[in-house]
This record gives sequence, structure tokens and C-alpha cells, in this order.
Amino acid sequence: MTRPSTVSDARRGDPATDPPAPGPGTVRQRGRQPRPGRGGVLAIFLTPALVLFLLLVVAPILVASYASLYKWNGFGLPENFIGLDNYTRAFQDPTFRGDLWRGFVLVLLSLVVQLPAALALAMLLNQPLRGRAAYRLIFFAPYVLSEVTTAVLFDLVFSPNRGLGDAIATWLSADAGTVFADPDTVLYAVFLVVSWKYFGLYMMLFLAARQGIPKELSEAAVTDGASAWQAFRHVTLPLLGPTIRISVFLSVIGTIQLFDMVWVLTRGGPIHSSETMAVTMYEYGFRRFEVGYASAISIVMFLLSLVFALFYQRIVLRRDTAGAITNQGGPR
Amino acid sequence: MTVNRAQRTRGLVLHLVCVLVGALIVVPVWFGVLGGFKDNGQLSTNPLGWPDPWLPSNYTDILTSEVFWRQLGNSLLIAVSSTVIVVAAAAMAAFVFARYAFRGREFLVTLFAIGLMFPFAVAILPLFVLLRGMGLLDNPLGVILPQAAFGLPITIIILRQFFRTIPAEIEEAAVLDGCGSFGFFWRVLLPMARPALATVSVLAVVTSWNNFMLPLVVFTDQSWWTLPVGVQAFQGQYTAETARVLAYVVLSMVPALGFYAVAERQLIGGLTGSVKG
Repeated sequence: MTRPSTVSDARRGDPATDPPAPGPGTVRQRGRQPRPGRGGVLAIFLTPALVLFLLLVVAPILVASYASLYKWNGFGLPENFIGLDNYTRAFQDPTFRGDLWRGFVLVLLSLVVQLPAALALAMLLNQPLRGRAAYRLIFFAPYVLSEVTTAVLFDLVFSPNRGLGDAIATWLSADAGTVFADPDTVLYAVFLVVSWKYFGLYMMLFLAARQGIPKELSEAAVTDGASAWQAFRHVTLPLLGPTIRISVFLSVIGTIQLFDMVWVLTRGGPIHSSETMAVTMYEYGFRRFEVGYASAISIVMFLLSLVFALFYQRIVLRRDTAGAITNQGGPR
Repeated sequence: MTVNRAQRTRGLVLHLVCVLVGALIVVPVWFGVLGGFKDNGQLSTNPLGWPDPWLPSNYTDILTSEVFWRQLGNSLLIAVSSTVIVVAAAAMAAFVFARYAFRGREFLVTLFAIGLMFPFAVAILPLFVLLRGMGLLDNPLGVILPQAAFGLPITIIILRQFFRTIPAEIEEAAVLDGCGSFGFFWRVLLPMARPALATVSVLAVVTSWNNFMLPLVVFTDQSWWTLPVGVQAFQGQYTAETARVLAYVVLSMVPALGFYAVAERQLIGGLTGSVKG
């Protein structure tokens, strides 16, 4: 998440080579030095990363966009060109359309429930509170557990008859044993497990940002007669803007590729009611060998992320470079 | 006097909230730990209480089986190798990006930065086809290399930022002392960047340790399974034996939580730092 870098002043290093005009003429010094010249150094240092990245990140995405135009089972070369049929098929497929809708619901829930809760806890842990280091340690701990471990644990917590969920449900005289089996509740249950694992991350981000804001600012507001809430609302919150916007971004990107948790908890079921795009893609690509169709779904995921990222960077994150203080009390 | 009391009530309420949230996190895990010492009968009659009697056999069975240790070893091998490769390749690239101006630099930096938002799931299918073509299925390199590749963006971004903070005077001094680019990178820059290297390594280890999709599709041979794949398969195999699966889950959490206890600072520093970048 780099800022759009306009940094030409970043050229602080590199005093060894002639300072002006590091442009096209770089190769010319080659003969003068016993060591590899500038071009050689660049090549040697960049090659490993570039090869890995082009071969294993960029190439697969290009291959996927190519394969998405074919009806292909993944064996041999794709030969049966069908144009954009895979894409039209996806957007007519009720499961895939459902994936989009469920993704939207998950993002919305995250914005309305998870991020505010994380923000509140971060503000809480910013108070002088005895034992807050321990609280912080515990709140963040689920983040290091894998999604799989978390999912299996919660699957068992809610397993009918021997789970913790059942015990609590009986106590509340409700029926919790079926949260993952009921199409009406399963998405919310998945959301809760996702939040269980990830809210600590957002809390940490907010906490770090909060600690980067000088105390004097909100103190001054309080001295001027603002209530604690007003000081938070009009001083702290706007200053946390960049971090909040980054968190929204992370949450959206994370939701688009949500797989492990859903796969282990529900396999997308019952009747697709917790399925995500990544699960649909996996199902078609690795189970039904409709690689062309699955590739089209991957590309849609990619384009969604890319378009969202570009849009977000342009419209929303750009303000952050303008200096957060200037929009205090702004539209938020 | 009243202010003092108000403050104390406030503190109490804050503590109460913290304890409640903490309970939400600790209780499921605690249920798992204790559940591992029970049998199914105990789990249904007494899910939250102490086991009575304590049955260590679920844990000891797993700890004496070869399967668990092999999965642990595989996870470790893959995490360490991915980390070494990604950090080495990224450090070299970040060095060039931070300290050389050359045509196309911004383009390359942007390319890597965009890589930050490639959902991994997008690439998994063609990656699978590619790895199959290269004969890397059921080969740890089939997981290690792609993981390293996908780890490059974040690692390069963090390291580049750090490398930029090292003053040019140091490089000038090194050059006067006869250091070439390689000497400066290896003998001066890397040792100075130790904290940043620790941060990115911790991030890479955690990412690799928790990866599921890639090992799931690359390894059909059980002997290469990593812990996440193993835990999921174990659950499938012993669906009816909840207590035994709980024990497996709990044991698979131990290394991750242990690592967290040791590397908490680097992990959090890395996550918060990368976002600010």
C-alpha cells in the first residue's frame, strides 16, 4: 500500500556512480570499473525477485485470463475457444451471483460491526488501564492461528450435542447446534468466526495509529471545553481517517478471497448459502475440472480487487496525502 | 472525592468490557484444551467443566504418532525455506529500489505494489497447472517458491522503506573503504537492517505457517501435508470423535502461539508498519 510515489528525491544513496543523469547512459561505465557496472549490479540484484514474481505471480494471472476464454478441462492445451461465454455464464449462474451478494453482505457486516468494535477496543486499550498489555496480547492472539485451525475449533465448539454452543444455547433456551447447518444463519456464523480471528488485527492498526497522534491535540480540545466524545469525534477520529480507510480496504480485499475458513467450516453449504467466489472457483477448478470456467471466476475476482483498489486509491486514499488535519470535521 | 469514585467506576467498567472480550477469545480455546482431556460422553454432559476423570490419551496418542510430527516438520521446513528465499530476493530488490535511480524503477515498484492486492486465489488454478507442468506437485518446492513469490510485494515494500532511511554518508564511507555495491549490501546494509529483516521474516513465517489452499492442492501425498492440511484431514477422518480432534487442534495451535509469544513485537510492528507505508 505505497502512496503513489512521486519520490524523485528518494535518490539519496548511490553516491558511487556519477550523480547526475542516471538515465539511459548507465551502461557506458561498464568498461571503466573492475567490478560489475551499474547495469550489472541492477541486473544481478533484481533478477531473483523479478523471475520469481513474473513466473509465479504475473504469468499465472495472464494464463488465467487466457484460459478463461476457453472451455478447458486443464489437461493439454486449451483449444475450444468460446470467447466471453464463461463470463456470461458466471453472471447468469445463481451461485456466482449469490457469491457476489454474500461478499457484499460480509463486507457490510465488517464495516458495521467488526471495524467499529475494533476501533472501540483500540480506544479502550489506549486508556491508562492496569493489565492492558495482557489484554492486548490476548485480543491479538487469534490472528496468529490459521484460518483452518480456527474453523475446525469453531466447528467443534458448535458441534451438536457435544459442543460449547449447545451448552450455552440450552442455557439461553435457544438452538445453537445448527448455526452452521441453517441456510439462514450460516453466513452470520461464518462472519462471527472471521471476526473472531481478524478483529485483533484491526484493533492493533487503530491502536498504533492512535498512539501516533500527539496527546496534546485531544487534551487541548478537552481544555477548550469539549466533552470526551466531542474530542474523539472531531479530533481523534478524523486523524484516524487514513488507518480507517486502509482497514476498510483490507477488509474488502480479504473478503473477496475468503476461502480457508468457509471451506473448512461449511464447504460453502448448506445449499451454497455460505459460498464465496473463491470456493466456487475451487469447486469448479479442482473438483469438476472446468478450468476455463473457474479461471473466468478468478479473473472476475482479480478485476474486482483491481478496480476496487484503483478506485479506492484514487478517490479515497488520495485525501490522505493532503494531510489529515486539514479535513478535520470533514464529511465523516 | 466524587471524581475519584467516578474514575474508579469508569476503570471498573473498562475492565469489565476487556474481560468479556477476553472471555470470548479464551473460552473457545479453553474448551478445546479441556475437551482434549475428555471423551465424547464427558463432552456432551459437561462441555465446559473440568474433565472427570482426566484422559490424557487423546494428546499422548497424537504426540506419539509419527503423523503429527511429520506435519509439524513439513510446516517448519516450508516456512523456513519460503522465508529465506523471499527475504533474500526481496532484500536485493529493495536495495536497488531504495538506492538506485534508473529508468523503469517506478514502474517495477508499482508492479510489485499491485501484487500486494492480487488475491492469492486468483492465481491458484494456473499456478497448479504450471506446477504440474514443472513436475513440482508433491514436491515442497511447489509450495515454497509460489509462497516466496507472493510474499515479495510486502517484503520489498517494508525493506525498501527501511533501506531509504540509512544515510548516504554511510554508503560513501563504505565506498571510500573499498566496498563495492555487493560489499556495502552484504557487510553494511544487511547488518544495519536486522530489525527490519526480523520483522519481514516473522510476517513471512506466519503467512507460510497458516497457508492452506496451496499445500491443499499441491500435496496429494500425505507425507508432505502441512499442519493446516493435516488438521482439516484429521477432522474429516475422526468426525465422530470430537475430543480427539480437539486435541489435534490444540496441539497444532501450540507452535503458532509459542511463536507469537516470542515474536509478538516484530509481528505487530510489521503489520502496522506495512500499512503506514
